[in-house]
Amino acid sequence: MDKLIIIVNGIPLLLEGLIVTLELGAAFIALGLALGLAIAFAQVYGNRFITIFCAGFVQVFLGIPAMVLLFLFYFGLGEFGFNISAFAASVIAMGLRSAAYQSQVFRGAIQSIRSGQITAVKALGMNLFQRIRYVVLPQALRYSFAPWSNEYAAQIKDTSLCYAIGVTEIMREGRYIVVQTFGNAMLIYIIIAFIYLGITYFGIWLLRYWEIKLRVPGFGIN
Amino acid sequence: MNLVFSLDWLPILGRGMLVTLELTTIAISIGFVIGILLAIGEVYGNRPIRVLSIAYTTLFRGTPLLVQIFIFYFGFPSIGIMISSFLAGVLALSLNSAAYQAEYFRGSIQAVKKDEVIAARALGMSKLQGILYVVIPQTLRMVIPSWSNQLISLLKFSSLVYMIRVEELMYRGKIIASLTFRSFEVFIIVAMMYLGVVIFFSNILRMVEKKVRIPGLGYKSAQ
Amino acid sequence: MTIKDIILKVEDIHKTYNGLKVLRGISFELKRRETKVIIGPSGTGKSTLLRCINQLTLPDRGRVWLDRIEVTDAKTNINKVRSSIGFVFQNFNLITHLTALDNVRLGLMKVKGMKKQKATEVAMEELGRVGLADKAENYPAELSGGQQQRVSIARALAMNPKLILFDEPTSALDPELIGEVLEVMIELAKSGMTMLIVTHEIGFARAVADEIIFMEHGVIVEQGPPNQLFTAPKHKRTKEFLHKITQLYGEEEAKN
Ligand SMILES: Nc1ncnc2c1ncn2[C@@H]1O[C@H](COP(=O)(O)OP(=O)(O)OP(=O)(O)O)[C@@H](O)[C@H]1O
Ligand SMILES: [Mg+2]
Repeated sequence: MDKLIIIVNGIPLLLEGLIVTLELGAAFIALGLALGLAIAFAQVYGNRFITIFCAGFVQVFLGIPAMVLLFLFYFGLGEFGFNISAFAASVIAMGLRSAAYQSQVFRGAIQSIRSGQITAVKALGMNLFQRIRYVVLPQALRYSFAPWSNEYAAQIKDTSLCYAIGVTEIMREGRYIVVQTFGNAMLIYIIIAFIYLGITYFGIWLLRYWEIKLRVPGFGIN
Repeated sequence: MNLVFSLDWLPILGRGMLVTLELTTIAISIGFVIGILLAIGEVYGNRPIRVLSIAYTTLFRGTPLLVQIFIFYFGFPSIGIMISSFLAGVLALSLNSAAYQAEYFRGSIQAVKKDEVIAARALGMSKLQGILYVVIPQTLRMVIPSWSNQLISLLKFSSLVYMIRVEELMYRGKIIASLTFRSFEVFIIVAMMYLGVVIFFSNILRMVEKKVRIPGLGYKSAQ
Repeated sequence: MTIKDIILKVEDIHKTYNGLKVLRGISFELKRRETKVIIGPSGTGKSTLLRCINQLTLPDRGRVWLDRIEVTDAKTNINKVRSSIGFVFQNFNLITHLTALDNVRLGLMKVKGMKKQKATEVAMEELGRVGLADKAENYPAELSGGQQQRVSIARALAMNPKLILFDEPTSALDPELIGEVLEVMIELAKSGMTMLIVTHEIGFARAVADEIIFMEHGVIVEQGPPNQLFTAPKHKRTKEFLHKITQLYGEEEAKN
């Protein structure tokens, strides 16, 4: 009975936390998507200088743990008088990190498009922008679905790290409930685990559904 | 920018890096054993074993590592099972890594051509011998790239256990930062240490992969 | 034929795949040192029959004996039986991560428990027999299709089998590579190896077979010595099939 009351009382708090978690996730993914695509195209089509710069960016953001990035952007920047909120610091740090990961996904997809097709539309007289818009992008995005859904899942789960710099996402709300109700850590964290499980797999399922809808015959997806 | 930096930090952080490497080594090893068993169970097992393996990987891959760490560190004591912070950290990292490694092993096992196993059976090998002498050697070679990614990911995510007071690199960085009020400098150094180790391991693993590479074995590139 | 004893006896084999009757009562015998060739249209159950013989596929009904051991008996150690029946596959099925030498040594060491040094000797001898001693250290991906198939024949030979089953050993090969594999098989036939061969190479069949079996829709339609079957087939279906196949493979036949 007690347990049930704790759960019922906890629901509003957990829901508030969940909303923040979803906001974080959406922000990471959106920033990462826009910047990641840009980096991918820059790496494939850019000049030497741009390519090296992008490779450096990717290496740094893939090589440093997310937790360290969060601390650098929140406490580190604070040292220079940039007093941004924990939420904003999270979005910048994790969004840039996600961009590095997503750029890898898109770069692989762009490079997997057969060069004969590009030559063919060049012969039709398409310029670079048209070639990207009408030939490369539609195929690259289709190729990206499976690896990109891994990226989605990773970003959703990694929102939990923002707990460490004080964002009141679902883990933080869970911690409040645990502290207020003296114990029940197991119960609360298992509930939270299942909430994450739900949003992670719901998203993956949705992406899979979308991928199948956009499927084109002869395309290397299975 | 006044980059104030003290040499005194280095031995402290260095020892933290050792703990990080220790955690990573233990977790990747335990995860390797459990992961390969899960993968074999998922591919060759009967229905209950398959369902169990899939449930395991689904649960551990579908929830954040931090939640898993908290379940071990806060959850188990709340139901009367005491676990030290180091053990909680090792357990969470190992079991988490096992789920990812299982996925990669499963993918590689399934990439081994069935016909080759049939050929081995035609020579008179048992199913177990077929797995041992045909499937596993090819699986281990093909899995190296994704396994390397998992090792590096584990190394970076081991930083999460600072939250349960395991005194690895991140924990020590945070302590120094709070004592010196030099967050930026400290975490830049911490970041460079992680980055250095990550690049070092990536290169070693790439060399290993090249060394054991066999013509015709599993580099279906995206092309 | 000097020695007349029967080495393989297949009796009334039936096999159904999800309602599709693939084999409908196949019976025949193979004598020591004999070469039999099975021909027949695609999808007739020839591969299924070969795989039923060494139990890679379990027949629904019927029995198989190898040298008086009942292969289909549940108490028989099937792995031991398989180690004495060679099998050569259409797609070679060499083990990707092993060199030619290791492919040939694999069964010797892991199934027969032979010491490495002895296994190497045997394997090198068999590789020499198929003309590939110099390719011992190459991986399958570094060999042509014809070479891969010869390695796979060496792998079967190394086990010192009582008979070898060939399932369309040249069907996956480019035309110019077929000859080198057939040559090896002709040599084997001459040396007195017992062989059961599924093939579409009519000219080759004519040259090596002691008997031809024509199969269709899961039954043996007709069997007999090559001369009789090719020149005066008793059944209309046999004649039609032979007509079609000589049109398809006519050039190859002329070469042989
Ligand atoms: N594992 C299986 N499951 C279901 N059906 C099968 C299986 N193996 C074979 N079949 C079916 O059994 C029939 C006979 O197949 P089989 O491979 O024995 O023919 P085949 O005579 O060797 O033909 P081919 O000359 O093309 O090799 C085919 O219709 C095939 O689709
Ligand atoms: Mg066949």
